[in-house]
Amino acid sequence: MTLASDPPKDGFRLSMLIYDTRFRSVTIQVIVLVLFLAGLFWLLNNAYVNLEAKGKDFNFSFLWTRAGYDIAQTLIPYTNDDTHMRALIEGLLNTLLVSVLGCICATILGVFVGVLRLSHNWLVARIMTVFVETFRNIPLLLWILLMGTILSETRPSPRDFRFTEAMQAAGETPKASMWLFDTIAVTNRGTNVAAPAFSNSLGEVVLPGNIPVSLNALALFAVLAASFWGWRRLMARAKAVQEATGTRPATWWQTPLILLGPVVAVSLGLGFHLDYPVITRFDFTGGFQMLHSFTALLIALTIYTSAFIAEIVRAGILAISKGQTEAAYALGLRPGRTMNLVILPQALRVIVPPLISQYLNLTKNSSLAIAVSYMDLRGTLGGITLNQTGRELECMLLMMLIYLTISLVISSVMNLYNKSIKLKER
Amino acid sequence: MKQSVFFGSLVMAGLVAGVAGASTLDEVKARGELICGVNPGLTGFAAPDANGNYQGFDVAVCKAVAAAVLGDPMKVKYVPLTGETRFTALASGEVDMLSRNSTWTFSRDTELALDFVAVNYYDGQGFMVHKELGVSSAKELEGATICVQTGTTTEMNLADFFKANNMTYTPVNIADDAEGQQRFLAGACDSYTTDASGLAASRATMPNADDIVILPEIISKEPLGPAVRHGDNNWGDIVRWSFYALVEAEEYGVTKANLEEVAASTQNPEIRRLLGLEGDMGAKIGLDNDFAKRAILAVGNYGEVFEANIGAGTSIGLARGLNAQWTQGGLMYAPPFR
Amino acid sequence: MTETSSFVRTDMLPPAPPPVSQTGVIKWLRENLFSGPLNTTLTLCGLGFAIWLVQAAAPWLLHSVWNANSQNECRSIIAETWGPEATGACWAIIRARWHQFLFGFYPMDQYWRIYVTFAALFVAIAPVLFATLPRRMLWLSLLYPLVAFWLLWGGPIWGPVFTALGFGLWAAVFLALSVRLGVVVAAGIGLVAAAVFWIYGVGALEASMQSVLPLALPEVDSDQFGGFLLALVIGVTAIVVSLPMGVLLALGRQSDMLIIKSLSVGFIEFIRGVPLITLLFTASLLLQYFLPSGTSFDLILRVVILVTFFAAAYIAEVIRGGLAALPRGQYEAADALGLDYWQAQRLIIMPQALKISIPGIVSTFIGMFKDTTLVAFVGLMDPLKGISTVVRADLNWKGVYWEPYIFVAVIFFIFNFSMSRYSMFLERKLKRDHR
Repeated sequence: MTLASDPPKDGFRLSMLIYDTRFRSVTIQVIVLVLFLAGLFWLLNNAYVNLEAKGKDFNFSFLWTRAGYDIAQTLIPYTNDDTHMRALIEGLLNTLLVSVLGCICATILGVFVGVLRLSHNWLVARIMTVFVETFRNIPLLLWILLMGTILSETRPSPRDFRFTEAMQAAGETPKASMWLFDTIAVTNRGTNVAAPAFSNSLGEVVLPGNIPVSLNALALFAVLAASFWGWRRLMARAKAVQEATGTRPATWWQTPLILLGPVVAVSLGLGFHLDYPVITRFDFTGGFQMLHSFTALLIALTIYTSAFIAEIVRAGILAISKGQTEAAYALGLRPGRTMNLVILPQALRVIVPPLISQYLNLTKNSSLAIAVSYMDLRGTLGGITLNQTGRELECMLLMMLIYLTISLVISSVMNLYNKSIKLKER
Repeated sequence: MKQSVFFGSLVMAGLVAGVAGASTLDEVKARGELICGVNPGLTGFAAPDANGNYQGFDVAVCKAVAAAVLGDPMKVKYVPLTGETRFTALASGEVDMLSRNSTWTFSRDTELALDFVAVNYYDGQGFMVHKELGVSSAKELEGATICVQTGTTTEMNLADFFKANNMTYTPVNIADDAEGQQRFLAGACDSYTTDASGLAASRATMPNADDIVILPEIISKEPLGPAVRHGDNNWGDIVRWSFYALVEAEEYGVTKANLEEVAASTQNPEIRRLLGLEGDMGAKIGLDNDFAKRAILAVGNYGEVFEANIGAGTSIGLARGLNAQWTQGGLMYAPPFR
Repeated sequence: MTETSSFVRTDMLPPAPPPVSQTGVIKWLRENLFSGPLNTTLTLCGLGFAIWLVQAAAPWLLHSVWNANSQNECRSIIAETWGPEATGACWAIIRARWHQFLFGFYPMDQYWRIYVTFAALFVAIAPVLFATLPRRMLWLSLLYPLVAFWLLWGGPIWGPVFTALGFGLWAAVFLALSVRLGVVVAAGIGLVAAAVFWIYGVGALEASMQSVLPLALPEVDSDQFGGFLLALVIGVTAIVVSLPMGVLLALGRQSDMLIIKSLSVGFIEFIRGVPLITLLFTASLLLQYFLPSGTSFDLILRVVILVTFFAAAYIAEVIRGGLAALPRGQYEAADALGLDYWQAQRLIIMPQALKISIPGIVSTFIGMFKDTTLVAFVGLMDPLKGISTVVRADLNWKGVYWEPYIFVAVIFFIFNFSMSRYSMFLERKLKRDHR
């Protein structure tokens, strides 16, 4: 019988750095760190030497020079006299707009398709399978191109909407007409919608950075918020009365009155009317115009991503054991309520983590926007600005940094949400 | 597999770094191949045919240089470059020269450290519209939607033109010519603007070419020409004079077909210098005396190149216009070989 | 006694057929398509959509022209046959240029090499995909990359042979030292030895062997690669190289060593946080700043390296998912058996984790393969935009819009659909093992 030998107690020898597993990990880490830093230094040194050799410098002052190009869709005012920085912000806002809307739409469509894929309706289930397989297996770039082309080829040109007196006299009708009492016109360039306008307008304030904010909208929003608060008070009172007396006071006529009354009154006071789109020489003017470059990109991103989300949702639902459904049925819940109250809340835990990656993918994929002429960050900063200034190093690094920031923000927000719905195990 | 190539490349990187700094001419000669940056697909100017061989007006310049330097117009490796990658590729030494319908501008010549050695095509930006719009001048385009290719000088010119005329417009920045043409034909933009040569090429292939007009205004100067890196002046000279040899040949009536005949019989000292029968022109730029002769023999003179690729005989059917010889009222004017 | 005759049936009635609504097509229709108002609405909507789709595309597809020399010829043939207003597809463009869509500018008389490589690909991946095949065939899979490299790029055969020997050297050094020095250190020393051999040995050996026994294929430049050949080369290389990288990154991310862990996390999150297109621009525009001046290596190689990094980050996440799915008991059992870290990984953890991850790896590959279309933005000849632009620049085909896109889309669909079916098959097979 031998006793377990004591660990060697003799002093530290250099060879232990390699042979002793306790120290080996430290050795490896130090070597890796040194190699990493050396590599980093090598790259940066090369960059420095190369810039020097080319007579270039590394600075971002070009961002404050005149951009000189135009952008079709801008969320905040922009002219070609503004700086490249302003163009960058326009591009960034466009990227964010299409990404946020895309994530929302893709989630809705994806859940819808994912649930319908499990439908007992044979035809519907098949159509949804075809939908998912078609959109998942063909490159997104192609879908973006095709959406742009479909919108521009199937819709009539603005001049087909024109209705001249000569045509009236000849008894002809225009080739295309607007929808919903002349409030919506979808041409091959964009969607024109009648916009609310106010004849007694309060004007607008201009925030620093030349960002105008309409006071009308602010006023309406304030009124709406106040009415909502009032409605909550009303509901709370009704509930209190119900709990005290057992009968709930009638609120059905107060609800619409308190919610809509003030808003309507203020709108009328401001002189609310609709600004209809009117056909002019080349295109519709007036109202609100949403260009097809945006619509096409949004549709393509939505559909493509929703195909992936549908699969995630389907997998999530299938992951919930059949016993849950049976238990719900045993309790007398109908299939729809079973899905809403029992299955989906549980499936959500399986669904959310892969859903986050899909949101990230959608945001990153929006950088293909230039294929349908949508000027996003890659179109402005990584496209025209890079091209006109020749500052590829600065532009590309800046662009990577911005996308990285967006991605990190999205994933940390979604991770917080994920934590909040996680099964609390005690 | 790739890993070994990768390590090999890194090692090569170290080795190559040592020899960098040799002149471009020596590099090209040592390599036995000219690397020429071209447009991957621009009708008439540069595009590979069904067999993968690049053809076109810009490509001819590459071939002429290869013939002059290496004696064989086929010893060219063509590198397709996009609007964004072209100048970087040249600056980083990935290509020896750029012959990719690039406009010679002040900032490119200075800030981007390029040398435009000559102009092989004088172009200008024009507008194309559908006839039924009833527009006869670009100044009537107030409020129009205009398709413009992104990544070029055209979008800046467009902004300048509308600003100068105090008009508004909606730009549609399209990524390439095929998209622009499709949008224009579908009527999604009222007008398509790009270089006039490109407009003519597009119009020639449209199904309803008669319903489409190119407006008379040319809103910009677009001198397109081959470019080389700043700093290697000898190489710039080689490209410049290989090209001017073609122009000079046309001026003096030297063609691919009659070259040998002219060389045998001519007494004109200018032609004799051009063809290397007199003087030592070649030696001054590090080549032999026959360099211009080989260039002309390889692709023909400037007029022949023009006619073969984009001239009236082709379906693009561009007129010589500004690109005629100076003796014919154009701007093609080769400095004397002297 | 009153005569009460009770009715007694003496012979059974023949069984009546079930009601019409409960048999055959009608039953199926009722149960599957019209089982309720909601389902009926959905069915009608679906039918309407399908009919609309067919109606929109059918005439154009029916008026296809296969034999023509130019777009204009197509148009006149369609106008002659179907009337002046008819529109139709001009597939003649595909007939004339299919080889460029598939193989780019690869020399036509060398196409057999592509066919052989492609066929060999199936032989090489078969043992990976189907577990029933003998394990010894895995050696074929390991050799395949070098064979494919030689077949596609050509040149003397000795380059790939000695590169393989380099890997052999690496393995030998590793086996000799790993017991004494531990896995990581041994692998590092092996790598250094192999690198020394590749850098200083291969060139000389290659030249001498070539003079003794000249075995070579005509060389093909990588800029002659294009179309689906390019997409496959980039996609397959990226996924093959990124697998080991991804495994290491995933292990690094789970490691206890702080520095290794943070470097892995940093790498993965950075790559996953930026769009692939910016990485491609890095390959084509920025790399020249970060490498010594005068360095120039192939754009395709640069793109492959960056795409590999991209794939590695995604694969690492897939494998991390596989590792996380393993029950804690597996790790503890490995510890209890006295296995060290690498033995546990090799014998217990990785085989299970990789198996769980295969569907994820396949879908990463599908994504990768689709994303190769983005290389057109840096001037490479991908099938979707690169080759289409080239073909449309030909005066004969300028203005052809839909046909190249549809052709490319169909091929992508066939590839990716079969791969996703395979991964579903795997998923089902693996499920049976676990539940």
